[in-house]
Amino acid sequence: MKKKVLEVKGVKTSFFTHLGEVQGVRGIDFELNEGEILGIVGESGSGKSVTSLSIMNLVDHPGEIKEGQILFHQEDGKIIDFTSLSNRKMNEFRGNEIAMIFQDPMTSLNPVYSIQNQMIEVIQRHTDLNKEEAIERAKSLLEQVGIPDPDSQITDYPHQFSGGMRQRALIATAISCNPRLLIADEPTTALDVTIQAQILELLKKLQDEINMSIILITHDLGVIAEVSTHVIVMYGGMIMEKGTVNDVFYNPKHPYTVGLHSSIPKSTKKEKERLVPIEGSPPDLMDPPQGCPFSPRCPHAMQVCLEDAAPLFEVSDTQKVSCWLLHEDAPKPDEIFKGAK
Amino acid sequence: MEKKPLLEVRNLKKFFDKTKGLFAREKKYLHAVDDISFTIYEGETFGLVGESGCGKSTTGRTIVKLYEPTDGQIIFDGVDLASIPEKDMLPYRRKIQMIFQDPYASLNARMTVTDIIAEGIVTHKLFKDHDDPEKAIQERIYELLESVGLKKEHASRYPHEFSGGQRQRIGIARALAVNPKLIICDEPISALDVSIQAQVVNMLEDFQDDFGLTYLFIAHDLSMVKYISDRIGVMYLGKLMEVATSDVLYDRPLHPYTKALLSSIPLPDPEHEDKGKRIVLQGDVPSPINPKDRCRFATRCNYSKILVKNDDDDFRDKIVGKFARETVIDHDQHRAVVEENKYITEEIADGIIEFGVKELYINRAKCFSKEPELKEYEKEHFVACHFTEEIDKGTLE
Repeated sequence: MKKKVLEVKGVKTSFFTHLGEVQGVRGIDFELNEGEILGIVGESGSGKSVTSLSIMNLVDHPGEIKEGQILFHQEDGKIIDFTSLSNRKMNEFRGNEIAMIFQDPMTSLNPVYSIQNQMIEVIQRHTDLNKEEAIERAKSLLEQVGIPDPDSQITDYPHQFSGGMRQRALIATAISCNPRLLIADEPTTALDVTIQAQILELLKKLQDEINMSIILITHDLGVIAEVSTHVIVMYGGMIMEKGTVNDVFYNPKHPYTVGLHSSIPKSTKKEKERLVPIEGSPPDLMDPPQGCPFSPRCPHAMQVCLEDAAPLFEVSDTQKVSCWLLHEDAPKPDEIFKGAK
Repeated sequence: MEKKPLLEVRNLKKFFDKTKGLFAREKKYLHAVDDISFTIYEGETFGLVGESGCGKSTTGRTIVKLYEPTDGQIIFDGVDLASIPEKDMLPYRRKIQMIFQDPYASLNARMTVTDIIAEGIVTHKLFKDHDDPEKAIQERIYELLESVGLKKEHASRYPHEFSGGQRQRIGIARALAVNPKLIICDEPISALDVSIQAQVVNMLEDFQDDFGLTYLFIAHDLSMVKYISDRIGVMYLGKLMEVATSDVLYDRPLHPYTKALLSSIPLPDPEHEDKGKRIVLQGDVPSPINPKDRCRFATRCNYSKILVKNDDDDFRDKIVGKFARETVIDHDQHRAVVEENKYITEEIADGIIEFGVKELYINRAKCFSKEPELKEYEKEHFVACHFTEEIDKGTLE
């Protein structure tokens, strides 16, 4: 039996703007076990970043976690609900047991402090190391993430680092207290492919070495396929489909997941097949569709889809899909169910 | 059928002056585009790929002379655009249009969709012989909006009322409005969501068939470039590294950089056979300011360095004439036998052997002393590498 790290139960997060309530996340449930890499994939506005901010309890005014629980399982088995913690209490966890890296490494580093100062700040906050020890620890971390010559580089300022090196420095800072959970929000989107490959290799290596769990948020299906063990597909603030990486890539059951797969070119195919885009555009979260968020764009939408959001139907032990087509009375369109067991 | 060249870029250079201060000792130039040549044939899509800072966007902008080229020729329809004065450029600006990456920044927020699309039509006086030019223009705009999948009612709205994908459609309608022959698409889908990307790409392909357009498609998303392009050029640090048809390039990349770049694409296929065979490049892209006379890719190339062991009999022969990759220090005598990136002469080689180095990383002298030219290795397959043949045949030591 695998040890759980995180359970997210019925979380709803909204932002109360002067134009009205923007429902960023509209009720999501998932759990994460030790040593898993969970990929959350979705387009802009699907709620994937709001999910990560909610887990870190970093949703700022005018946003608010309206409902739900975020249960963090500590090493010793204690369970803590993040949503009930004060900001002060939460700070004991952030950077220590749960860490986060962001898309743009430049905006998450302070330009007027050296890398060394920024790293030892985090280390000293959560450990009893003195300054010299903290610097030594920082250097060994930089070495671990593949920054050449950390002895001289550590006193550099962020602008002296390239994009890939900044992201490495941030990863080094994030893992400095051996977190149980690392949340990586689009960690490679701002980087070039060759640098992206380096960072993905690094994340996999670290996950292996220090056995932490990772939540990887991205819009790139390729990145997900490359590193994740489990996948959640989000759309319009809800979970459309979740399962192991093989479930979602080889046996997708939600029309949105199927649509995503057919809108990207299959680089392995020789002959050119025309792309099949998903028509229409993503929903307005200020005024989301009443039923399934994907129903206005779904080629298989039925009356029930427009009225009620589907529950999560179980396809297998690992795979769950929120689509009425999975209901036993629903029609079974060929393009989704052909080849299914 | 004989292919007719529409655009020939010959030895194009674009340098930016980065010299700082009045009394700077030497001039510093950023070699954004450094001596590149390629041809785009009528009706085809030529893809230009590379990482950020490789000069692909600068190439696109220099072709339409948004930047004044430093040197070289841009022959469009038989006329060298680089040599004609600005005032004669107008007709060519109609024939060459551009679509930009950021659909938020490339549309004037104070103009309605009608104004945005009509601007080009008015500037180039396309309907001036018409009885009622205004009405004709309005109809043309409706027609264009419809063809890019928007509605008539959208014509009087402002850009902020549209989503990213819709704005990109407006940008495309604006480019099509003046009946261009060549459209330079500068990362047209990078800012869009995956499901919207496919819509835009399909639309671009349909227009190509309908109007016989030629595209220069600039992007960093290699799988999409492969999908849309007939031929592809790979750029690195202002240089073209390899040019080939897209099938050949992906099936049989010859340049070490192309090989690494292609293997870095994350495939949306968790159990693909090529998983784990990735070539991960070390280090970062070097500075493009006053680059040295050597292969631009040499510092990161997996083929440019060799590990030589001292137990080989021909150790001496192997290291003479190469460049040392690291500084070799003789600790007993407190001196450097050879410094990093220094040429290894016979005397130095003797010193290294005498001092008993076990193994040594060396750089191929050719890679580090001379810039390779882009040469036609096979028909329509151009590669800029000193060792193309050896790499292809696997005979490189």
